[in-house]
Amino acid sequence: MTAVMLDLQGVHKSFGTLEVLRGVDLQVRAGTVTVILGPSGSGKSTLLRSINHLEKVDRGLVRIDGELIGYRRRGDKLYELREREILRQRSQVGFVFQNFNLFGHLAALQNVVEAPVSAQRRKRRDVEPIARQLLERVGVGDKADVYPRRLSGGQQQRVAIARALALRPKVLLFDEPTSALDPELVGEVLDVIKELARDGSTMVVVSHEIGFAREIADTVVFMDGGVIVESGPPHEVLDNPAHERTRAFISKVL
Amino acid sequence: MTTTSLTSATAAADPPHSTTPPDADLPVIGRRHPWRWVGVAVVLVLLAMFAHGLITNPGWDWPTFFQFFTTRTIFSALAVTLQLTLYGTVLGFALGAVIASMRLAGSPFLQVVAWGYIWAFRSIPLIVQLLFWFNLAYLYQELSLGIPFGPEFVHFSTNSLFGPLGAAVLGLALHQAAYAAEIIRGGIISVDQGQLEAAAALGIPRLRQFFRIVLPQAMRSILPNGANEVISLFKGTSIVSVMAIPELFYQVQVIYGRNSRVVPLLMVATVWYIVLTTLLSIAQFYLERYFARGTSRELPPTPIERVRRTWRALTAKAAS
Repeated sequence: MTAVMLDLQGVHKSFGTLEVLRGVDLQVRAGTVTVILGPSGSGKSTLLRSINHLEKVDRGLVRIDGELIGYRRRGDKLYELREREILRQRSQVGFVFQNFNLFGHLAALQNVVEAPVSAQRRKRRDVEPIARQLLERVGVGDKADVYPRRLSGGQQQRVAIARALALRPKVLLFDEPTSALDPELVGEVLDVIKELARDGSTMVVVSHEIGFAREIADTVVFMDGGVIVESGPPHEVLDNPAHERTRAFISKVL
Repeated sequence: MTTTSLTSATAAADPPHSTTPPDADLPVIGRRHPWRWVGVAVVLVLLAMFAHGLITNPGWDWPTFFQFFTTRTIFSALAVTLQLTLYGTVLGFALGAVIASMRLAGSPFLQVVAWGYIWAFRSIPLIVQLLFWFNLAYLYQELSLGIPFGPEFVHFSTNSLFGPLGAAVLGLALHQAAYAAEIIRGGIISVDQGQLEAAAALGIPRLRQFFRIVLPQAMRSILPNGANEVISLFKGTSIVSVMAIPELFYQVQVIYGRNSRVVPLLMVATVWYIVLTTLLSIAQFYLERYFARGTSRELPPTPIERVRRTWRALTAKAAS
């Protein structure tokens, strides 16, 4: 059994009086794909954003490859890390957004090159050929000099995936990567993610695509009301759920 | 049935297909717009009357205008005006950027101070403020540099440090900063939050996030408003004539005070203000185009490109 890459323990998060995450424990082994399912408002996205400290958790710990995210432990107290260190930790985590969030004033290639150069201090002339290869790999090699607004949604999301990959991340996080796409463009993005899964990337994907989950997930996690209701291999959680809540959700989305 | 009779009726009314071409091949005659031509004619007549007046009315006194338009006095006055504009813009926008970042900062204290600054300097009329700075020496005869509430190292006499020009620059810059701060803040908050989030998720350093990701996109909405401010500051420098600073408007007043040719000398100032505002507007147009890259599917052509295209179309038409 491979090592645990991502380790969440007792993660709590509230927005005002609304408790969004109420104690989430999750382990993701290196090289596996975890798909998180659940109704909207169940805390999936917040959980994903807590992993790379885009949301500061109120209680609980997040570890990536054994490294505590966002805090440093000294004695029995946790000290919040400085911004610079948090940014360094984030650059080990690739994040793909629902709305792509490509930098609109930079052409596709520059979108991919930006973070390795500025966050990881790699040389631009070393990164550029790698960035071109990545664009090639996600099937938009011919769009290197095109601005995001001239790309289709599917192409934009594939550039965004290349941008995340350029950091050589230990973990890739996808926040509903196909929810903002036209139905006919969903396939091209899912194909890219499937290929990454075959290459052994460690990935956590929040998605509504049950078929996709069945095909690539090693673990399916069902969340509701800020907690994990159940998790396990797809054939258990999707085909033979133990909980009534999971069964109701899956029968609705199928 | 009515339907059958209708279809048979239309079929009968239709002329045979062999004599008329199908609809798709018919030539299109554009709609005419006679009232547009009437409008153009009216405006042309009015413009002609205005131009005629400018040339024939001896009151404009064009010989005097040309006598003074390019004199050394006017040029040096113009230089003072441009200096005031340049310093006012640079210092004003630099301070404005600081105040905008204070208003957007996490600390409520800094937010309140920045808000208070903007409130104060937007409340005080520029001319009143300028007169205050001009009379600074009345309040503080000496200024010194040192540790706050502690020992002082260097002393200056206020009057020697702030000549009239210094007071004017200070006043214009402080005034400008309040407006610039709001324009810059407006530009920054108009950038989609997702851009910052993506930059943060990629681990891009804070300053770089601002200068590489946010600012270039904020510039799109900062520029038109900012250019407005620069142009209005440029003309607004005429207000410091109350402090007897030899800028363009003051110098023109001095000259017509001597020779009492008021109108032609006002025209000298006017034409220079128009010429330089035009240059600023052209600079604005090209700057905006630069920062618009990636935002629209295709940029509209520049006026020069437009003229070139029209010319090419006309020559092509003439050739055929």
